[in-house]
Amino acid sequence: MRARTEQFLPFALLLPSIGFLGLLIVIPMVQALLLAVMAEGGGFSLENFQRMFADVNFSDAWRNTLLLLILIVPLQIVLALCMALLINSRFRGHGFFLYVYAIPLAISDLAAGILWLAVFTERGYLNSTLQNAGVISQPILFLSFDNLGGILTAIVIAESWRATAIVLIILIAGLQLIPRDFFEAADLFGANRLRRTVHVVLPLLRPSLQSALIIRTIFAFQTFAVVFALAGRNMPVLAGEAYTWYATNRNEHVAAAYAVLLLGLTIVATVVYLRVLGLREAEVQR
Amino acid sequence: MRGMSSRAFALAAAAAILVTACSTTGTPSGGGGTGADQGKPFVFASTQFSPVTEQENMRKKILAAYQGASVDFVTDQEPVILNRISAEAKAGGEGQIGLAGIENGQFAALVAAGAFDDITKIADKHKDKKIPQDMLTLGKFGGSAQIYIPWMQATYFMVANKQALQYLPSGADVNALTYTQLIAWAKNITDKTGQKKFGFPLGTDGLIHRLIQGYFYPSYTGGLVTTYKSGDAATMWNDLKELWKYSNPQSTTYAKLQEPLQSGDIWVGIDHVARMIDVLKAKPDDFVAVPAPAGAKGRYYMSVVIGLGIPKASPNKAGAEALIDHLLKPETQIITLRENSFFPVVDVKMPSDLNKGLQLEADAVAKQANSKDAKVVPLPVGLGAKGGEFNKAITDTFVRILVKNESVQTVLDEQAAIIQKIMTDGNIKCWGPDGASSGPCQVK
Repeated sequence: MRARTEQFLPFALLLPSIGFLGLLIVIPMVQALLLAVMAEGGGFSLENFQRMFADVNFSDAWRNTLLLLILIVPLQIVLALCMALLINSRFRGHGFFLYVYAIPLAISDLAAGILWLAVFTERGYLNSTLQNAGVISQPILFLSFDNLGGILTAIVIAESWRATAIVLIILIAGLQLIPRDFFEAADLFGANRLRRTVHVVLPLLRPSLQSALIIRTIFAFQTFAVVFALAGRNMPVLAGEAYTWYATNRNEHVAAAYAVLLLGLTIVATVVYLRVLGLREAEVQR
Repeated sequence: MRGMSSRAFALAAAAAILVTACSTTGTPSGGGGTGADQGKPFVFASTQFSPVTEQENMRKKILAAYQGASVDFVTDQEPVILNRISAEAKAGGEGQIGLAGIENGQFAALVAAGAFDDITKIADKHKDKKIPQDMLTLGKFGGSAQIYIPWMQATYFMVANKQALQYLPSGADVNALTYTQLIAWAKNITDKTGQKKFGFPLGTDGLIHRLIQGYFYPSYTGGLVTTYKSGDAATMWNDLKELWKYSNPQSTTYAKLQEPLQSGDIWVGIDHVARMIDVLKAKPDDFVAVPAPAGAKGRYYMSVVIGLGIPKASPNKAGAEALIDHLLKPETQIITLRENSFFPVVDVKMPSDLNKGLQLEADAVAKQANSKDAKVVPLPVGLGAKGGEFNKAITDTFVRILVKNESVQTVLDEQAAIIQKIMTDGNIKCWGPDGASSGPCQVK
């Protein structure tokens, strides 16, 4: 009797999360897939994908999404790693820094976008400060439609400020999982701090780095509130197009096509990370 | 993907909240709900007043003096409200929406389904309020039944910083500008100050498509859909290209022009009355509010008429009528203007203590409507669910020609094909400046 209970217990415990995932992830996902391949009048068709590819904004959205991904993700990983190592060195007051670094986590992305808009706009904080300091005589138009570099820089700064903390939290958790013995052993062999980081910390941090990269990349594909606030119509991105087609253009079919495209991209990125950074069986056994 | 599914979830959650909110009697929004004889509580559903402050004004101020059956004021985006009205009509029997307060064009989408009662009797009762006859006629949709009675109105007009007035081209009257003079004005400002001070509401939530539909196109071409790729249209786009040269290049981030006007980023712009009111209330002495410019075909402006209609499935028709009576009272119309900046449709005497900013708006609206070359255009009619894609086709034309600097004729040919497909697929007849058509409206 007891053996039977133990046999079924794990499944019983899994049920709530399976129910949750099924209800909130799997069912909407299937619905989105169906929406994407259904024509407006009913019946299956690839028309929605054709409309998506033919749309004025598609190629720009595609380019901008990848561009932001390439610019933001590595920058955030490096930044978060530095911040995590700093906090993990447990200097006096490291807890304070952890809280300060984590503050942007509590701010919604649109709010963060608007906040940075107040910094970068024509009469924003940055221009006023520079003008008051006598550095410039006329405001600089960072967010002008013909200043792609300015817009990109503003978005990269805003996004890094907003979303580095989530990577940081994952990496700190990972760092704290590394047993102290390894550091003591490294010290014993006379490794300095740099060697210890490169040869002990980074390899052992790989699972956390992997999760952080996957999560961050998925978020990067979804970025759009910050972009909307800072660039308006200037910088279409894929997730933003999905939103616009749904909410503004009121065509849920084309919106779903964008969503399916994003799903595909996310799956590809995740598989690549799992392959490239994945723990091989030999390493697990070691 | 996750973005979409969570959005779908949010929608579902919102719908659930809406249903829950409406299935309970709710708290009475007005002062009513005192006696059993006032009938069943009902929902007053609207596509207007979606900002939270406007909703609060509606519940606490506009409905304050209302003494009738308990009313829940519910506001949401167009598809949510329209779907709910048509779903209740299809279900038959008694629904929850007692009264609908939606735009002229939104009624049009539901008229064919027969979702509304004929309220000719109520309109007759309010004859002495002198609601403009052409507005009442709009509410009949070409038939004899009065589908809605006008409730309030809005429009778009031009606001200019007084600092800009010194750069007006010689001989130009700021209250009767032409588009040619507007371009010369913007150019002059740039030449003299080195700054680009005209603004377009081109942000992702901006209403640029309404300016193109109700102002630029009809003023230059006398039409919209039928003249989409005409020679006059090409002239218009070339003029807009010229104006774009003197326009703030951050226009692509402007949702409401009141913000860049107030900060001084721009000096001149055209936008919706509700998107200009903050700057006029904040700095009434620094700005002038004037009619939109005129083109070769006249001074076209867009009138947004919001009407009140009683759904066939209304649970309390007498209650809905009592609410209409309340909303059309001159004093309620003035409160609506004061609080939410929508203008009266009934004949009212403007109070002398009207806020200075509101007074500026009221004067500009009157000047615009009374200009001798003024011609009025309604919001697009009959587009229904296609409205979003129609607006996108229009805005894309603007972005491709001005922002991306593509060839005018190529863009017009390509976007006209998209517009024609929308008209044909939805069997949408011509409206407003395009006149009438028996079949789908045709781009010529």
